[in-house]
Amino acid sequence: MPVVLAVRDLTKTFKSGDRSLTVLDSVSFDLSEGDTFSIVGPSGSGKTTLLGLCAGLDGPTRGSVSLCGHNLGNMGEDERARVRNEHVGFVFQSFRLLPTLTALENVMVPAELRGRRGVSAQARNLLAEVGLEDRLGHYPSQLSGGEQQRVALARAFINEPDVLFADEPTGNLDTETGAHLEEIMFRLNRTAGTTLVLVTHDTELAGRTGRVLRLKGGRAVEDRADTLP
Amino acid sequence: MSIPFIASFAWRDSRGSRGRMLLFISSMVLGVAALVSINSFGDNLEAAIDNEARTLLGADLSFESDDPFPAHIEALIDSIGGNQSRRTSFSSMAFFPARDKARLATVRAHEPGYPFYGSVVTEPAAAAETYLDRGGALVDGTLMNQFQVETGDSVRIGRQTYPILGRIVETPRESAAVGLFSPRIYIPMAGLDTTLTALGSRVEYEVYFQFPDGRDADVLRDSLRSTLREADIGSDTVREEQEGWSRALTNLYRFLGLVGFMSLLLGGLGVASSIHVYVKQRIPTVAVLRVYGASIATTVAVYLLQAIGMGIVGVVLGSIVGIALQTIVPVVLSDFLPVNVDFAVSWPAVLLGSGIGLGVTVLFTLLPLLRVRSVSPLDALRTGIDHERPLWRDPWWWTATGTAAAGLVLFALIQAPDWKVGLGYSGGLAAVFLILAALGKLLVMVLARLTPASLPYVVRQGIANLYRPNNQTLMMIFSLGLGTFLISTLLVSQHVLLDQMDVLGGGDQPNLIMYDIQPDQVESVQGILSGEGVPIMSSVPIVTMRLHGINNETIDAMREDTTRRLSWAHRREYRSTFRSTLTGSETLVEGTFRGTWDGEGTIPVSAEADVASELGVDIGDRLTWNVQGVMLDTEITSLREVDWQRLQTNFFFVFPEASLEGAPAFHVVMTRAEDDVQSARLQTAVVQAFPNVSSIDLALVIGVFDAIFSRISFVVRFMALFSILTGLIVLASAVVVSRFQRMQESVLLKTLGASRRVVLRIMAVEYIVLGFVSALTGILLALVAGWSLSHFVFEAGFVVRWIPLSILLGTVMLLTLVIGMVNSRGVYERGTMEVLRSEL
Ligand SMILES: Nc1ncnc2c1ncn2[C@@H]1O[C@H](COP(=O)(O)OP(=O)(O)OP(=O)(O)O)[C@@H](O)[C@H]1O
Ligand SMILES: [Mg+2]
Repeated sequence: MPVVLAVRDLTKTFKSGDRSLTVLDSVSFDLSEGDTFSIVGPSGSGKTTLLGLCAGLDGPTRGSVSLCGHNLGNMGEDERARVRNEHVGFVFQSFRLLPTLTALENVMVPAELRGRRGVSAQARNLLAEVGLEDRLGHYPSQLSGGEQQRVALARAFINEPDVLFADEPTGNLDTETGAHLEEIMFRLNRTAGTTLVLVTHDTELAGRTGRVLRLKGGRAVEDRADTLP
Repeated sequence: MSIPFIASFAWRDSRGSRGRMLLFISSMVLGVAALVSINSFGDNLEAAIDNEARTLLGADLSFESDDPFPAHIEALIDSIGGNQSRRTSFSSMAFFPARDKARLATVRAHEPGYPFYGSVVTEPAAAAETYLDRGGALVDGTLMNQFQVETGDSVRIGRQTYPILGRIVETPRESAAVGLFSPRIYIPMAGLDTTLTALGSRVEYEVYFQFPDGRDADVLRDSLRSTLREADIGSDTVREEQEGWSRALTNLYRFLGLVGFMSLLLGGLGVASSIHVYVKQRIPTVAVLRVYGASIATTVAVYLLQAIGMGIVGVVLGSIVGIALQTIVPVVLSDFLPVNVDFAVSWPAVLLGSGIGLGVTVLFTLLPLLRVRSVSPLDALRTGIDHERPLWRDPWWWTATGTAAAGLVLFALIQAPDWKVGLGYSGGLAAVFLILAALGKLLVMVLARLTPASLPYVVRQGIANLYRPNNQTLMMIFSLGLGTFLISTLLVSQHVLLDQMDVLGGGDQPNLIMYDIQPDQVESVQGILSGEGVPIMSSVPIVTMRLHGINNETIDAMREDTTRRLSWAHRREYRSTFRSTLTGSETLVEGTFRGTWDGEGTIPVSAEADVASELGVDIGDRLTWNVQGVMLDTEITSLREVDWQRLQTNFFFVFPEASLEGAPAFHVVMTRAEDDVQSARLQTAVVQAFPNVSSIDLALVIGVFDAIFSRISFVVRFMALFSILTGLIVLASAVVVSRFQRMQESVLLKTLGASRRVVLRIMAVEYIVLGFVSALTGILLALVAGWSLSHFVFEAGFVVRWIPLSILLGTVMLLTLVIGMVNSRGVYERGTMEVLRSEL
């Protein structure tokens, strides 16, 4: 299996005044196509920071990230954006749908950004897959939290990404709704071969992924690869 | 960058904000409307002047002189031929027997023929045709209104009484506004009381020519130029008259264009401040777009496109409103115009106004749009971390600001009559803005610091709300403050001037002047005054004269020398007096005042310092005077400064006692009437006995001043109205834009147990304080401006009448409160659910 995400010696230090704070300290790992991976750890341990660095949302202080063969360290902001557009899907803890767009339009955004046309059929299919085929014209304010997160998931898959990053995707949802969402994520992982990278507090969810990275104070304290259940 | 994406996303993203954007842009609409209407009107005006060029002069050629034409000029006029018509104009008292009152007026005695082109418009219309034959008079409408006389009453000029046949509405060569300063009376030349022109001062003799043979008046006039100049005769042709008007009116409407420009500028600032908040609210959207791979350029392009779309809507609306407004401008200005301006849409003006409007919109939205560039995809992961860099660190900010400033100056230069005015105007406006901003900021700071903790919570919270992020407090202080500043500067200077008039009319100062009194009439006039029991405050002889030469060089010789520029001081007619002492309004600055002359050698004279420097002469220089044909040699022995502010007989040149005894003189007598009634009675009595004597009382001067001031103040009020309106639009936009935030606050307060009344009161305090600070800022600046004006320009004492200013302050506060509360309605009631639902 080809490596889609290679993380080497990743370190992030924030400076405020003359004090510096290392929130991520020499983290390394490799992920292959179709892997499922979760990052766990206490609040403030650097999970979101790590996820952001992997997706190229931010640049590291030291170390390197290689995403689908692109070394993000050598790239400018806009180049990293292009790589994300081609290879990455993202799901946020607080959904982040665009409030002025309908569910269908929200799903189409990444494809349209790429200049693709006639994607509405594909977007409809994705919304049908997450069970929202009759809510296409609704605005985010007209959808419940769980429904919004399912729209966000459909949006994350529109460009058929190689990697899906999700920062506590079920954190704002009740257990049942969360479980339903997880179902959809893992199904897409299986059918499309998308690599999943999840940040979660939920040990049960973490238990379902093939590999778990535990962070504490910015250091990887445990990197456990289980066999799939 | 995917263009279809940018276009479709920009459109979709604006959904739900289009109403708000319309509100943002409406401040711009006003500015564009002003520019379009004024410039379009200007173009029509120019066309009207071209079309009606010949009616401006009413003839092909005219000559004019202060003295009757000498024999050789009469011969010349004869030889020119064509159709001719003469007119003689002078100022004289017009006495209305029906009201038993008299007033100074400009009398124009006409021969048949004039105007050869165009017409005198009267009410009834036939009067203009018949007054010459029927021996009647046409009287300026303003004068007839003032004395409440009607057609059919009569007016006496000199010893001649004329029936009033009609009121003057329009005449060639003059705009209706002339009637405000000096009302006109048209009478036939035949039957004119010639003692008036013989005894009175300042008579203008004119002859008008019409050339049915199509001769070129300009060529003809050029061939006569030197002959006319030697005889001190002025001349005018259609082309010259047209050029003169065109220049004056272009300046007028360009000046008005600057008014439009100012409102456009305010509109631009208003749009910028609204867009600033709008963009801040779009940051999460931009961050998500960046996560999904949109480039910086793409995200900036989305919002730039929205701004351009908004600008286009504004410009189209502005043009429509401007074209509608344009129908009003001629009505407002018609008093000042010599021609009738037809309504027509000038497309170049619409294009220019739209271009400038769109340019200003884009320039002003560019600044807040820069914020989009610095949005990081990380903002989608973390909310609340504000890593906004200081603006001045960003070279793009400087580029955008510089471009905006340069663009504005350029627009001002295009609009202004000349580049100096354009630069001065931009600079002045920038200074006022900076001062307003600084003052406003200071006031808010002082207010927040000094709010005593003992005040009720509602008040303290309301004041603290001024500091709410995205509140645009400063922008509102700008525009509301500027409007208040303009109005209060107007009020303050009006009060200073009126107060000055009061000083003039106060205590022991004279308030009635009678002049053109012949030497043999002086005693009788004084007798009439004494009979009424009023004091003779001064009685001064005046001799009219012209400067013939300076230090052995004649003025004519100086005129030949084209390298020398002669000023008004060389050419004017001087009215000098002779006496032995200085008066209270004069101070000696140099030399010795010589009050007597022994009749031998050159006469020692005293010159007023300013006119001396205008003539380029000093103590010891010799001046030769032409005193109605007799040459007098004089030497300047002293320089005086004169306080012209007093209603006094003041003179550029004072001769010593006995030096002008033989010269033909007339006298000026000053007195003080108890009241208007007595003043009118005195004037009537004197004009009945001596029709050649003219008089002016202070009330008349104040009336003229009021008339002028009200015209000027109309323009300033117009500007002020625009900026206050803009301020209110900015306020409405800011309230609407921060609506969600206000809902959150009100929900928070509600959950903490605040009642609806408390929440509403806090809001009310916020708007009242905002109105107060803005208006106060404007008023404070106006006080400074008013003081400077009174000190440096009017040279008068500074007075402030607080009541009108307080009313202004209250009005602005009330307007702010009303607009603020109206736009906040529903925040309390609908707030809760909307806040809870939107879990963003
Ligand atoms: N821009 C920043 N400047 C300074 N410190 C930061 C910045 N961003 C993050 N941090 C700090 O880095 C540490 C790690 O933050 P991060 O968001 O990665 O934690 P997390 O593991 O995702 O926590 P949580 O489970 O609460 O989301 C925290 O202590 C945070 O305060
Ligand atoms: Mg986190």
